[in-house]
Amino acid sequence: MKLAKLAAIAATALTIGAGPAFAELVFPSLSYRTGPYAPNGIPFADGYADYFTLINERDGGIEGNKIKLVECETGYNTEKGVECYESTKGEGSLVYQPLSTGITYQLIPKATADGIAIHSMGYGRTSAANGTIFSNVFNYPGTYWDAASIIIKYIASEEGGDLKGKKIALVYHNSAYGKEPIRTLEELAKKHGYALTLLPVDHPGQEQKATWLQIRRDRPDYVLMWGWGVMNQVAIQEAANIRFPMDHFIGVWWSASENDTIPAGEGANGYKAVTFHGVGSDFPIYADLKKHVYDAGKAAGAGDQAGTVLYNRGMVAAMWAVEAARTAMKIHNTKDITPAMMRDGMEALDVPESRLAELGLPNFTVPVKVSCANHGGPGLGMIQQWDAAAKKWSIITDLISADREVVDALIKEDSEAYAKENNITPRTCN
Amino acid sequence: MSPDFLYFIETVLNGLMSGVMYSLVALGFVLIFKASGIFNFAQGVMALFAALTLVGLLTGQVPFAHLIHAIFGVEAQHWGAGMPALLAVIGTMVVMIALAFLIERIVLKHLVNQEPIILFMATIGLAYFLEGLGDLMWGSDVKALDIGVPSGGSFWWEDVTREWAAEGSDYFGMYIDKLDVTAAIVAAVLVVALSVFSQYTRMGRALRAVADDHQAALSVGISLRTIWVIVWSIAGFVALVAGIMWGSKSGVQFSLSLIALKALPVLILGGFTSIPGAIVGGLIIGVGEKLAELYIGPLVGGAIENWFAYVVALVFLLYRPQGLFGDKIIERI
Repeated sequence: MKLAKLAAIAATALTIGAGPAFAELVFPSLSYRTGPYAPNGIPFADGYADYFTLINERDGGIEGNKIKLVECETGYNTEKGVECYESTKGEGSLVYQPLSTGITYQLIPKATADGIAIHSMGYGRTSAANGTIFSNVFNYPGTYWDAASIIIKYIASEEGGDLKGKKIALVYHNSAYGKEPIRTLEELAKKHGYALTLLPVDHPGQEQKATWLQIRRDRPDYVLMWGWGVMNQVAIQEAANIRFPMDHFIGVWWSASENDTIPAGEGANGYKAVTFHGVGSDFPIYADLKKHVYDAGKAAGAGDQAGTVLYNRGMVAAMWAVEAARTAMKIHNTKDITPAMMRDGMEALDVPESRLAELGLPNFTVPVKVSCANHGGPGLGMIQQWDAAAKKWSIITDLISADREVVDALIKEDSEAYAKENNITPRTCN
Repeated sequence: MSPDFLYFIETVLNGLMSGVMYSLVALGFVLIFKASGIFNFAQGVMALFAALTLVGLLTGQVPFAHLIHAIFGVEAQHWGAGMPALLAVIGTMVVMIALAFLIERIVLKHLVNQEPIILFMATIGLAYFLEGLGDLMWGSDVKALDIGVPSGGSFWWEDVTREWAAEGSDYFGMYIDKLDVTAAIVAAVLVVALSVFSQYTRMGRALRAVADDHQAALSVGISLRTIWVIVWSIAGFVALVAGIMWGSKSGVQFSLSLIALKALPVLILGGFTSIPGAIVGGLIIGVGEKLAELYIGPLVGGAIENWFAYVVALVFLLYRPQGLFGDKIIERI
């Protein structure tokens, strides 16, 4: 009896001493480390994982609450992506990064019904930027339509502000992803008076001779690219082969990693792309990553992706997820956040340059402020250019804003059509 | 000549060159099918595996580096500056021969006298295994492959053909990729070498005997197992050549295995048992798809070359199931 009493006292004392126990914060990672798109999937997944590891190791988690990363292999396959979602959502997953436009399209209705947020960062359905209709989908800091408009704005600045009579060709992956910018580019063509040629390339894009013979024959002033995987490498190689001026060849942010340019060697020199984050590893956060993650043997994957374009992109996605979780904790005054609270945190996300500097990421990415109505963020971008000799990218412009007049009208039109098709009553945002 | 006509010739010429690239992949399928009746689903992955190994040797990469690190904690990505190109090619060929030997020992030996569909299934398993093994050995990042194969548009050809255009026309010469020309020469040499090997060497005659009739070949003392090792080694060599050409074009990466999809219509058209068929089939498919993409594509929204190749192959299949040069299948009841 004495013993039982003692045990009860000890247990009570332990409980009081330990303070409240929090559940781990679950962040699923729908990654693809296998298959033809693995070279792009691996660096993103590593950057995403390493940032969370850093938060756990350096800070003891988000506000002291540990992060649990649940990785699920999709192989960049839509069916597998949906399976991954179904098998991980029950673990209390706070937000999904589908990392594929196809998977995103499938998850939009599912995640909305389940009350879980999706962050399709710079991909997926562009009109999901309209938060009044897509309550659970976020695509900050920018959309494909922003990207298309930023590129056209940049070209206009290169051409002295006048695009009348210019010829612009779009080489695109013949898929939902590749077709995303067409509508915007067509509207911008009407506004600026350039002629747009559309050149689709079928998956996987290993053979593009006919496309580049056509470009060689038509001689467009600029070629834009919405490619992915091997399509990017072949396109850059073919452009170099036909001696297309590489500084007039501009890709979207998914056609702009080291994987895309290195195989073409010297020929890729001068190739450009739009981006929304910094390049390389010359940022203070890398010192922390080295100390708490790499040197501690806790790096994700092979630990050889640090500083690459897609690693940095994975890292920035994780950074916004952590900041959104932090915001959710503040709003709801609890460290045990639910997926619904996480969504609220994402909707109130505000990461200005001053906060980026605190995080060891000064001038690393665009300042983001999300609102109930605007889930697409600021729609800002920069242009990066490849230096083949140094084998590295460099940022060559300041932040460029998208043409809001054109893009916002398209977002409104497309999202309202979606709402009508799906019987969604738009929310009221104050 | 009018620029439009010159563009047409340019398209045909580039189609022929692309066709040669497809033929390089198709040749590997034909060699194995001819000698063993196996449709080797793994041929595309063999090209990938060969190219990965070649880059690994060229760059001095330590195979299984990540696995070694994970198990033993030893960080060793490179063993040195790498090998000269010729040595690396020879080294890769040794690996491909070893692979052929292992495939015979571990897979084919146990499947003698099985239905062709069983052997086909085995090659599907082999394809996925090799893809995983390649990933484990050499990593899945995109690798640049440069063994000095010339590439890029030919200035000389542009200058020559510019003269062909009518005076005053804004024509800037015809485009041809030096890599494609090299591939055409390599393919020609390969076909001649394979023909000489099969016609004039003892081993070649044995291969032909096995191809004609397994049972008869066995009855005169030809070892089927040895023949299979040889044939898979030759297919490995052809895969290496295809891997070099395609890898130089797009970098060495896992999409390289998908080039097998480009070989299928070529095989349907040229026949599964004919080496010249693989070449002629490739040329027809190459020209057909390029002309279709450039002249029909703009009318129907583009991106038709992939499926157009299969349409051409299907039309041939309807009228000539054995392909242009394939052996006619006569079943006697």
